[in-house]
Amino acid sequence: MLAALLSEIPYWGQSLLRVLGGLVAVLLPAGTVVYLFLFKMMSFMQSRLGPMEAGPYGSMQLFAEVGKWLQKEDIVPDAAAPEARIFKLAPLIVLASTFLLVVVVPFGPDALFTNFETGIFYALAVSSVSVLGILIAGWSSANKYSLLGGLRAAGQLVAYELPMVLAVVGVVIQAGTMNLQQIVVAQNTGSIFGFDGVGNPYVITQFVAFIVFMIAVQAELTQTPFDMPIAESELVSGYMTEYSGFRFLIFFIGEFATAGVFSMIASILFLGGWGVPFSWFGWTTIDSIDNWMNVGGPLILFTKMLVLVFFIMWIRFSFPRFREDQLQRFAWKGLIPIALANIMLTAVLKVAF
Amino acid sequence: MTMLGDRQQLAYIASQAADARVNVELETEGMTLNIGPQHPATHGTLRIIARLDGEQVLWAEPSAGYMHRGYEKLTEVRTYPQVTALVNRIDWLGSFANEVPFILGAEKLMGVEAPARAQHIRTILFELSRIANVSLFLGDLGVQLGAVTPVFFAFRDREYVLNLIEGATGGRFHPNFDRIGGLKDDLPAGFIEETHSVMKKLRNFCDEIENLLFGNEIFQSRTRGIGVIPKDVALQYGLSGANLRASGVDWDLRRDQDLPMAWNKADWKVITHPDGDSFARCWVRLQEVRESTKIVDQLLDTLPAGPVMAKVPKIIKVPEGEAFVSTENPLGEMGYYVVSQGDQGPFRVKIRSASFNNISIVPWLLKGVYVPDIITILASLYFILGDIDR
Repeated sequence: MLAALLSEIPYWGQSLLRVLGGLVAVLLPAGTVVYLFLFKMMSFMQSRLGPMEAGPYGSMQLFAEVGKWLQKEDIVPDAAAPEARIFKLAPLIVLASTFLLVVVVPFGPDALFTNFETGIFYALAVSSVSVLGILIAGWSSANKYSLLGGLRAAGQLVAYELPMVLAVVGVVIQAGTMNLQQIVVAQNTGSIFGFDGVGNPYVITQFVAFIVFMIAVQAELTQTPFDMPIAESELVSGYMTEYSGFRFLIFFIGEFATAGVFSMIASILFLGGWGVPFSWFGWTTIDSIDNWMNVGGPLILFTKMLVLVFFIMWIRFSFPRFREDQLQRFAWKGLIPIALANIMLTAVLKVAF
Repeated sequence: MTMLGDRQQLAYIASQAADARVNVELETEGMTLNIGPQHPATHGTLRIIARLDGEQVLWAEPSAGYMHRGYEKLTEVRTYPQVTALVNRIDWLGSFANEVPFILGAEKLMGVEAPARAQHIRTILFELSRIANVSLFLGDLGVQLGAVTPVFFAFRDREYVLNLIEGATGGRFHPNFDRIGGLKDDLPAGFIEETHSVMKKLRNFCDEIENLLFGNEIFQSRTRGIGVIPKDVALQYGLSGANLRASGVDWDLRRDQDLPMAWNKADWKVITHPDGDSFARCWVRLQEVRESTKIVDQLLDTLPAGPVMAKVPKIIKVPEGEAFVSTENPLGEMGYYVVSQGDQGPFRVKIRSASFNNISIVPWLLKGVYVPDIITILASLYFILGDIDR
């Protein structure tokens, strides 16, 4: 099978393949999300057409934008010059967190980068690395608006980490594993009261956790209504104010790539990930899966990701934003108790059945 | 007051000094944030100096004047017909409404009155510019609070109104259409039917905004109870327009004044709201757009026949005297105090614009609020920079 094929390639070749795969897995969702949702869907919602000139229906617009950004000067503000190295490092840290996140995402039975036993735990841990980047960016910009934005981001991301973790706990209890690959298998081999036609996607049994997780993702991505750290009309883009050209592009890619990767993780946890219900093709275990799923799986995962990002963007374009204190109240008084209750209920039912 | 001995006084001073030192040592340093002159929330170049403790405002003050264009002085070297071209740049979103009080003031001095048809058309265009102005406010409100979509709806539907104004006057933003004694031209063919259909679209737009924005819980939690102006404070600071009506004061110059305009020939309501918070101010404006569409519809149906220009001399000389005329403009009360010495141009014009008085309440209102609420409050007070700085 594919795993056997891979092991014949020398180590440097494997590493090269992984790097290329990682680039594709991060940049492709980011590009698709930006074009489909940020350019087109947003425009259609706002009774306009969006980009139409570059390529058919503006599909090459993204390349034009990237080209524009690459040509711009890499400006470091005078006041930030003493800390120029840290200032320049910040966007890279934000993007690095996205790349670290994609490492554990399984795309098919063998199409994965690493098979961590504690995959989801690792994912939740590295997703908060981006907070460091944002704090550094806010502080080192030597700009009051950026500082306020960075501090708001830190407060918000820390607050919303908790409901996210608690929402995932429900899934982990039900699946009995933290390994993302095995969570996918558990959903697709499962059955609902003996009916295995659609497997057992956890979005049905863990619906509350799914909603809490998606709200927390919205906040982690600092999308409206949780975009206090960016807040164009108040903080003039917050921690991103002083960045230009290539470094702004990295922030931009980071934002939308993270949206894609988080949606992939959400679809793995709740929608059955790359898999189709195994009963459709008579598979029983992960080893008996046909090889074509290594191509089909990523496509299925990609489709599910787009559906979830659609909802994220839909909310983003239609809601006003919360105030900082309202946002914290929502996390601590609303989401966390709900997630805790969900854990208790799941644990009781798990023991009962 | 009790008299203190020297020793007691010294001890008192020493203890005060000691307290002061402790306070100095414990005091955390505040941060002064300049919001503006270039800032997306200031609609131009208003600067707000805010002293912050964390995100809480300790003290704030608006600093106007970055866009001062000296219109009061400029009017002294213009003839009366030329002045309208200047003053419709004061509140650039509702420019026709700026011309009307000046022309009315000059007419009052000359003892001329526009024919009934001209009065009707003036009122219609006045209300159209109010609709164009306030509908953009309703969309912009969304952007200030983080909702990006409503503003595009606002731009889309305002465009229909601007097309009407352009069709009638030839200018989208700066009509320069009002003349002493009447109007430059009559309405174009097809204007009445077109306007009726546009007013229907605008009422739809109001419903859309009400559903999308005003019904949203986040919007309500951001605006309700934020920036409350009680009735007496609003009166003391000289607020006018929707800001005053949102504090529960039933005051509308369109109804309360007897001007040669056609408002009293239509059936409409003055909208007030008892709360005085940001939500009330936005809500009152939304309802006023609806009322304005009603006024326009009714006046179009009762448009009298006749000329649109009274008999006035070719070269206008205004007799000696002084007059003050103010109207209820989109932003509030706008008035011109015209002093004439019998020349072709005014000797002195004092412009009373609404926004200048409306933002005078900002230092009082911003004390103790959070940074995001600054934006909400400024957005709901609704000022236009040209109207502040003139």
